[in-house]
Amino acid sequence: MAGPTTPRNLSAVSAPGRDGIGASPPRPDGILKVKGDFAYASDLWHEDMLWGTTLRSPHARARIRSVDVSAALALPGVYAVLTHEDIPGSKFYGLEIADQPVLAIDEVRFHGEPIAIVAADHPETARRAVARIVVDYDVSPAIGPVEALDPERYGHVHAPADYKAHASGNIVHSQHVHHGDGDSAEVRARADVIVRGEYEVGMQDQAFLGPESGLAVPAEDGGIDLYIATQWLHVDRQQMCPVLALPPEKVRLTLAGVGGAFGGREDISMQVHACLLAQYTGKPVKIVYNREESFFGHVHRHPATMVFEHGATRDGRLVFVRAEIVLDGGAYASSSPAVVGNAASLGIGPYVIPNASIDATAVYTNNPPCGAMRGFGAVQMCFGYESQMDRLAAELGMDPVKLRRLNAMEQGSVLPTGQVVDAPAPVAELLRRVEAMPLPAAAYRRTGDGVDLRELPGGVSNSTHGEGVVRGIGYGVGIKNVGFSEGFDDYSTARVRLEVINGAPVALVHTAMAEVGQGGVTVHAQIVRTELGVDLVTIAPADTRVGSAGSTSASRQTYMTGGAVKSAAEAVRGTVLARGRRRHGWTPDLVAGLRLVDGKVVDRADAVVADLVDLLGDEPVDETVEFRHRPTQAFDRLTGQGFGHVQYTFCAHRAVVDVDVELGLVKVVELAAAQDVGKAMNPLAVLGQIHGGSTQGLGLAVMEEIVVAEGRVRNPSFTDYLIPTILDTPPMPVDVLELADPHAPYGLRGAGEAPTLSATPAIVAAIRAATGLALNRVPVRPEHLTGI
Amino acid sequence: MRVTFTVNGRPTEADDVWEGESLLYVLRERVGLPGSKNACEQGECGSCTVYLDGAPVCACLVAAGQVQDRAVGTVEGLADGDTLDPVQQAFVDAGAVQCGFCTPGLLVQTHDLLNRAHHPSDAEIREALSGNLCRCTGYEKIMDAVRLAAARKADARGTAPAGSEG
Ligand code: FES
Ligand code: FES
Repeated sequence: MAGPTTPRNLSAVSAPGRDGIGASPPRPDGILKVKGDFAYASDLWHEDMLWGTTLRSPHARARIRSVDVSAALALPGVYAVLTHEDIPGSKFYGLEIADQPVLAIDEVRFHGEPIAIVAADHPETARRAVARIVVDYDVSPAIGPVEALDPERYGHVHAPADYKAHASGNIVHSQHVHHGDGDSAEVRARADVIVRGEYEVGMQDQAFLGPESGLAVPAEDGGIDLYIATQWLHVDRQQMCPVLALPPEKVRLTLAGVGGAFGGREDISMQVHACLLAQYTGKPVKIVYNREESFFGHVHRHPATMVFEHGATRDGRLVFVRAEIVLDGGAYASSSPAVVGNAASLGIGPYVIPNASIDATAVYTNNPPCGAMRGFGAVQMCFGYESQMDRLAAELGMDPVKLRRLNAMEQGSVLPTGQVVDAPAPVAELLRRVEAMPLPAAAYRRTGDGVDLRELPGGVSNSTHGEGVVRGIGYGVGIKNVGFSEGFDDYSTARVRLEVINGAPVALVHTAMAEVGQGGVTVHAQIVRTELGVDLVTIAPADTRVGSAGSTSASRQTYMTGGAVKSAAEAVRGTVLARGRRRHGWTPDLVAGLRLVDGKVVDRADAVVADLVDLLGDEPVDETVEFRHRPTQAFDRLTGQGFGHVQYTFCAHRAVVDVDVELGLVKVVELAAAQDVGKAMNPLAVLGQIHGGSTQGLGLAVMEEIVVAEGRVRNPSFTDYLIPTILDTPPMPVDVLELADPHAPYGLRGAGEAPTLSATPAIVAAIRAATGLALNRVPVRPEHLTGI
Repeated sequence: MRVTFTVNGRPTEADDVWEGESLLYVLRERVGLPGSKNACEQGECGSCTVYLDGAPVCACLVAAGQVQDRAVGTVEGLADGDTLDPVQQAFVDAGAVQCGFCTPGLLVQTHDLLNRAHHPSDAEIREALSGNLCRCTGYEKIMDAVRLAAARKADARGTAPAGSEG
């Protein structure tokens, strides 16, 4: 092995004239991945490289009296042991608020906070060195979300003078939304029934399979090259440069293979640590977290406590909603402010409700920091408002789907933020479709020899042969925003180059989009084929030599970087046709009707007017374009009013469960979904997103929770933090609707997050239907069902 | 210590191996075969699944010393040059690969399943793959891929899928 194994160009080859948008060509990285040849960040290797490790706090809240690294440094094979004192530049970083120390300074605020980093010649040596660092702690009781709201009594997570942006007390951010007459006494009097519910959502982990990893290589110019698994190269760099005291041109990032993300790579983890060690030692440094460290190394989904009141008329028309939401932001801000904005603005769900009063707040605590995870603030709310819709339906004696359809929003509806929905919003139709799907047959027989244990709750542990097993059916529907919101300047950059190679036209696509598994690279090749009529497309590795693509999050990349690739391809086509006009004297009218198809320039009548290879000759066309979506507005701080989100996306689920009511075991039998994706750019990838998102919603419903007790994480392993296996995951029929959004490229709608929202409440509703229990908290555990 | 074994049919030697090193570490870091993945190091995820003397095992749970004089098969050994094994081809074609981190382990496990059971039922497939976590796909397309690979292998053998042969 020689030199770093770095990401390579991916070749996407299609049969002539095929595999444009709307098709499902194979992934350009698929063959590498099935051969074991795809270079994930954890696979990188460099001559002479060192291994980095991290010393993390065992306490949630403590003063650090002293740190003694001498015994660690004395270990043979150890090249560096660094603390905050060794940082050349700024000691803080953060996505929205730079409040997180790169390495702890005099105190720790959460269990797992990094204190020191080590570089050694073998990972085991580095781990042993970490164990030799002596830290003297003065431990205090951890501040939880309840204590956080009473700082006078329990203290502050950060010194009050250190709070930045809107933060004060222990509050990171809060947002009120006032719609209509709120929940005034007059409004309440108009409701025939009012239902109130308190709900809780536990802390969910992204649990991507490829742990945080990267390789930092010091360069001759005094800069650093970092090969990294991340979601957003440029914002990583933006946070790294001040810490490393290097200008952006000296911090060059290249995307290495990413083993899933789901929001967990939105914040930086080992990026700065690896670079600091490489800077200090002058040697390449690789850091690879193990699973336990991964649980400590990234932010999680905010746990939420939610109080809802829904008022309705006797015939089921919603009159008002009052919602009070507290999100546990943990020790540092991460993306809590934006999560609060989502929770507040999407907090009543995809319904038309004339009056609403919503308060969402994120607090600083001594729990693990929480930030981005698929669904981003909308997941927690969906569990709350959909549980309320079922409660209201029961109170009214009404069918729960009928109640939802009666109040469903549609195009033209006004959201509680005052925004008018100006694209299709087929909420009632999605519910109708998912309800109309055929129901699965009873999978078991109550008696007889024909029972297949694998079809029953408890499976082959042989806990029932069908006795005590009750079936339930439940529904859920949700609303998620797409793209960055609240006035953020959201853009993506794409470079497309068209040239003749070996006698054939070949397009190259270069963006900084993080391919984390979603299949963006496949779609980019499809877009270029559609726009430029070429079969051969090369996808260059994503890096910071091209402009930012924004994050692979917020369901935004197909819209944003897809939009940028489309725009860049259009610019290339424009240049090619201008060349033809100059060379061949084409009239403007002719040019206006020309397209590029199958390597030819064709006119409106599909007659060939030129060959692309001739037109290109040996002069490549190379265009770089920045693409922006329509501007959004910040929400008014006091009223929550504003055109805050650029696009909305909807998914509905129906869950069928079998519950062993005696043992409290749940088997999800089927999880059907209907989703509007505007335009299915790659139908196979769309299904993959809906299946994957639904399964993470299933995990939140019945198994996934990081258990935190007094600030300490109790289950940082796949032995104790369970994610759905293939046995836990049922068949998932999907009905995909394509109602174009006139504002979006090709009419497409971001697809990745919506299914994560509604799966959870649908499953819990099904369990409620089977058991008759209230079930106000997810994940639902066996003891919640048996009362033991 | 030195460990001598075969990988994908090739005699292999690893030097300076520590007592505590796993087969997974030796494959990934000492013999240049990083295809097998490390996602938990606890036998919980199946990403590191390899053949050991023909039986699938979690390479993270096998001490390097245990493979002395034995035969290891990894994902890198499934294809015949540029010709993918039918299981690999089916994973690509069915859309069973997203991030792909789970894929190497799933391929070895599926390869083993289809050697044992030519026409596995859905329940048999789920049982066989229950030790392999995937966070991206929700397993639906993985099920499709296994069914597709089984059908293609049956076609190649000229046998009809007439129920499980277990
Ligand atoms: S890495 Fe071996 S089972 Fe997870
Ligand atoms: S494809 Fe990402 S974990 Fe399976």
